[in-house]
Amino acid sequence: MCGIVGIFIKNPKLRNKLGVYLSAMIDNMSSRGPDSAGFAIYDSLNNHKMIKYSLCLSDNFNFSTFKKDIKKNFKDLRLKLLSDHLVVTTSAKPEIFINYLKNNYPKISIVGYGKSIEIFKQVGNPKDIVKRFKLNSFKGSHGIGHTRMATESAITTNGSHPYSTGQDECLVHNGSLSNHNNLRRILIKKGKKFDSLNDTEVAAGYISDKLSEKKSLKDTLLDGLKDLDGFYTFIAGTKNGFAVLRDEIGCKPAVIAETKDYVAIASEFQAMAHLPNVSKANIFEPQPGVVYAWEN
Amino acid sequence: MHFDLRKKNLRETNSFLQNIDRKKNQRDFIITNPDGHHAICAGLKNDISVTVKGHTGYYCGGMNQKAKITIEGNAGTGLAENMMSGTIHVKGNVSQSAGATAHGGTIIIDGDASSRCGISMKGVDIIVKGSVGHMSAFMAQSGSLLICGDAGEALGDSVYETNIYIAGKVSNLGADCVEKKMNKFHLKKIDELLKKGNIKKYKANNFKRYGSARKLYNFNIDNVSAY
Repeated sequence: MCGIVGIFIKNPKLRNKLGVYLSAMIDNMSSRGPDSAGFAIYDSLNNHKMIKYSLCLSDNFNFSTFKKDIKKNFKDLRLKLLSDHLVVTTSAKPEIFINYLKNNYPKISIVGYGKSIEIFKQVGNPKDIVKRFKLNSFKGSHGIGHTRMATESAITTNGSHPYSTGQDECLVHNGSLSNHNNLRRILIKKGKKFDSLNDTEVAAGYISDKLSEKKSLKDTLLDGLKDLDGFYTFIAGTKNGFAVLRDEIGCKPAVIAETKDYVAIASEFQAMAHLPNVSKANIFEPQPGVVYAWEN
Repeated sequence: MHFDLRKKNLRETNSFLQNIDRKKNQRDFIITNPDGHHAICAGLKNDISVTVKGHTGYYCGGMNQKAKITIEGNAGTGLAENMMSGTIHVKGNVSQSAGATAHGGTIIIDGDASSRCGISMKGVDIIVKGSVGHMSAFMAQSGSLLICGDAGEALGDSVYETNIYIAGKVSNLGADCVEKKMNKFHLKKIDELLKKGNIKKYKANNFKRYGSARKLYNFNIDNVSAY
């Protein structure tokens, strides 16, 4: 089943409430996905020069050794530890920093990175997960969340959404893809790397691949209608905003509520019932096969 | 009587409404803060009137018998699924599969209905003042679907004996669905539906009728070699 949610803040005054809104939305979608949850938070309006790396640390990870080691190797570091996730902010370029991690700390999984994105995901009840990562305290421009009822692959952090396969990109998905194995092989030949056997990770890789060829997000998603076989409602996040697409059969639900202050999307309306002035919002169901996008 | 769903549990509320003491004169109820909960007013079986102030989730008014339910907002997937009798009136839009398998009664939708409106309907009258999404009246067996606006793709796919009346445009027709002649019976039925829906903008002759070509559900001996 799975639940997906997203909120894009239009009124800058509400940006400090982003985490509060998003955590309640995720919590409300627990009924659709009790196995794991995750979220991506974007802070696109700040002009960050540094890059933030969201890392998931393994069990019994020796954080103090890692801290000393990383400080020796990289300058201007900022570390933020939340539960088993660590956000490292540094000016080091991705190819250098990621290689360093892969060579020295192969057990760390890189959940995502970018100038604006931070990603957190974990196995367990969505209500506990948003608490563990203190989502309530996050500020930002837009955020995407997911609650998972596992079907395609194992209940692990690697099998949780959002999937990020490119800088500042992420994808959450309600549904299942049937041609992901074939598509994965094609993308691996093109040089993409995958960390799981999950179908959504392939869709995220597909989107990143097209975006790296300078296609727009909208055109990329429209291409996806031809190339991705299966059921889906996607929310694809980028540095500046997000886009929504439902497959043409339209079995997987989605509701959008738009006010002058924000745009919210969720699998079910109940995820948005707590949002301010939602009773006055323009509420509609995104049409199948049509891309809806909001950007700063 | 008033139920605030932020204060009173949904299951208790439904249970109360399902077991009204017929000896009492209480017949009118209001539900506030529905907050998109599922199965609000499911399984009602008495001639009571319930007004829901806000948006409802899945299967609102499912299996309804006799009750009149008014939703002052939007309704989620499966509105009035398997309804037997009574009336459900939605003042906003409704999501997918409204009136699925409903046997009787009337559903009035002031806004638009999403895909698969009236899927497998079995005798209900559905009145949509706006438009309907793709695959509406899919495998619809009996009853009437009246649409004042347009219809999405594959209208009436594999339809049996439901009459589809539509005033707007049809994107395309599903398998075995064809335009059919209108006779006095149909015009009278449209008048009745327009009256029920309190629709004054349209007259019976604004509508076209679609229904089954009956080529799909009867076995055709010419196709025997395919089996």
